[in-house]
Amino acid sequence: MRHTISVLVENKFGVLARVAGMFSGRGFNIDSLNVAPTHDATLSRITAVLKGDDHALDLCIKQLRKLINVVEVIDFAEGAAVTRELLLVKVKADSHTRPEILQIKDIFRAKIVHLSHDYLVIECTGEDDKVSAFLGLIEPFGIIELSRSGRLALKR
Amino acid sequence: MKKTTSPAAFPKADIGHEMKGADAVVQCLIRENVDVIFAYPGGASQELHQALARTDKIRVILPRHEQGGSFAAEGYARATGRVGVCMATSGPGATNLVSAIADAYMDSTPLVAITGQVYQQYIGKTAFQETDIYGITLPIVKHSYLITNVHDLPRIFKDAFHIARSGRPGPVIIDIPKDVQQAKFQPVFPLTVEFRNPYIGQEHHATDAQLQEVLGLIAAAQKPVLYVGGGIISAEAHKELKAFAEKTNVPVATTLMGVGAFPEMHTLSMQWFGMHGSAYGNWAVDQSDLLLCFGARFDDRITGDVSKFAAHAKIVHIDIDTSEHNKNKRVQYPICSDIKYALTRLNELGARFTPPDTTPWHTQIAQWKRAHPFSYEPSKHIQPQEAVAALYELTKGDAIITTGVGQHQMWAAQFYRFQEPRRYISSLGLGAMGYGYPAAMGAKVAFPDKQVIDIDGDGSFMMNIQELATCHIEKIAAKAMILNNQHLGMVMQWEDRFYGSVRGNTILGDQSNVGSPDNPAGLYPDFVKIAEGFGVKGRRVLKKRELKEAIQEMLDHDGPYVLDVIVPYTEHVIPMIPAGKTVKEMLLK
Repeated sequence: MRHTISVLVENKFGVLARVAGMFSGRGFNIDSLNVAPTHDATLSRITAVLKGDDHALDLCIKQLRKLINVVEVIDFAEGAAVTRELLLVKVKADSHTRPEILQIKDIFRAKIVHLSHDYLVIECTGEDDKVSAFLGLIEPFGIIELSRSGRLALKR
Repeated sequence: MKKTTSPAAFPKADIGHEMKGADAVVQCLIRENVDVIFAYPGGASQELHQALARTDKIRVILPRHEQGGSFAAEGYARATGRVGVCMATSGPGATNLVSAIADAYMDSTPLVAITGQVYQQYIGKTAFQETDIYGITLPIVKHSYLITNVHDLPRIFKDAFHIARSGRPGPVIIDIPKDVQQAKFQPVFPLTVEFRNPYIGQEHHATDAQLQEVLGLIAAAQKPVLYVGGGIISAEAHKELKAFAEKTNVPVATTLMGVGAFPEMHTLSMQWFGMHGSAYGNWAVDQSDLLLCFGARFDDRITGDVSKFAAHAKIVHIDIDTSEHNKNKRVQYPICSDIKYALTRLNELGARFTPPDTTPWHTQIAQWKRAHPFSYEPSKHIQPQEAVAALYELTKGDAIITTGVGQHQMWAAQFYRFQEPRRYISSLGLGAMGYGYPAAMGAKVAFPDKQVIDIDGDGSFMMNIQELATCHIEKIAAKAMILNNQHLGMVMQWEDRFYGSVRGNTILGDQSNVGSPDNPAGLYPDFVKIAEGFGVKGRRVLKKRELKEAIQEMLDHDGPYVLDVIVPYTEHVIPMIPAGKTVKEMLLK
């Protein structure tokens, strides 16, 4: 099953390596990973999305709670959290394709953040399946490169 | 959440005079009541050695290899329950500590390992003797620190010692760059520790309701067994365990980590169980209807095929580390608690507890014990088991025994009887050969008036033989009794059982002229001569009739001693439950 794990940690070096090592050392593949400071600058929140056996993940979470620099660990069940992802995508666009891309962008309430005569940079936020759907529609125009933030989550 | 676990010799946070980082390290160690440190110097830890040279409060022992020093610190920790401290320089010094750190992690040994690091300006530049020891040890530490600012140093040391010794003990490493050691500052020594992780500062206490339920289960059980591990020893809960077992009349089988947690000569004792443990202990656990696992972790060497382990039992698992619950074995009653608290409270709650009549169960166990004690076939030569039994007899069971890893390690546990905790000191989780002699050295430093004997194999002993020099120079009378069969016996046993006796690099001497009691000319190496080179007394024993007299000579000698007992290589450790198999497949001969 796919899990969203939110780990509140002290903002100290090496902490990410410890948390990531707890997953990798047990053979979990991390689908997405996001780390950034919180409103308290001494704390960071790590949000990881991973697939794995439920029992193994449960053990892994118990071991995460033992890490000295970990303050809180939450395993969000599906629907228990508000989740968002941010996408930045650079897509080919000339005078012929631009109107259609802009139409798709509007439907998805995405934003143009950079424009040039042969490509666009679009910002799209939403739950990750929305972001993936948007990408699916944009892809035929030719994606030059893209970057996704990975899933962010907060308790409802 | 504030708390402290160190003695209250320094009642309040204290501001020191201006000093170097290295001197502050020494002050921190003194505040943690460290009286001995095993330390090998080098460029990046030289400042620390200079600072140690300026105090007479800490004995600094120079091992002859960092691995020896770190195993010695573990031996000291296991024998005393206090934090063992070792130190090495950067690079190769630090990497040589890795086995002991991993061992302390596996066996929950309180250990603080200090490493020198190159100047911060050189970190990440592949400088001379630079390794990322912090990164290398991440998966095998309870916690680790790289000190980047000298002002953090007193706080880090305070935290590190607390972490190493509290809860489930374990290793903590502190990596200190040379510029931090040299920096001058005015240290503030804290009294208390504070962690933002709520789990670390928490007291873990079982609730009365949980414990009442346990008593209820015992009252209803026909075939109860106590399965106890190293947690009892770490928590100093052996007295409470004895009272509890006697009160409830439940037979006790320990793990190897738990050897001595319950007196082995007690009528309720089934000694230890697992792969090479007592047949009766294994049968009792297998057939139990209630298994009370206190301070143990369902290791594969205990359970064999875990799905068939204690298949008919309700299992209660009390452990301070909740991540052990349901890790290896699903249990019905996981309880997170300090085991000393849980046992104390169980004894209080059960003050008027009347144990159920389990006479048939006790009769059955007694019959198993009579029919299948630990035993061996006598031979015209000295059998290795016989040597251990003779040592037990001549020391009256009152020695601290350390071991290497292999057959001798099992025989030491089978044929020496342990009545007290902290008397059988062995690398059990990691299984690190070469552990025995340095661990004996560490234990002997802690208990100079006790007999401390490393029962070793010729393979394991060779791995840290250089520590004979340390013991000679430092006048540490740690003794070694080598059960010398010229083979890597345990691997050889597996070859004999599962690989058609094909020898895959398990012969330690000349393969065309293998030494044995019948072929003394082939014996290799000459441990007595090696000992002599180190200035250590040694003796080889080939003949049965000389065995006891030679052991007595070793015991009477007031310095380190190497007793090389030549034994046949044909002995196997029995009983044996082959890896991954069940009690039903136990080999009894």
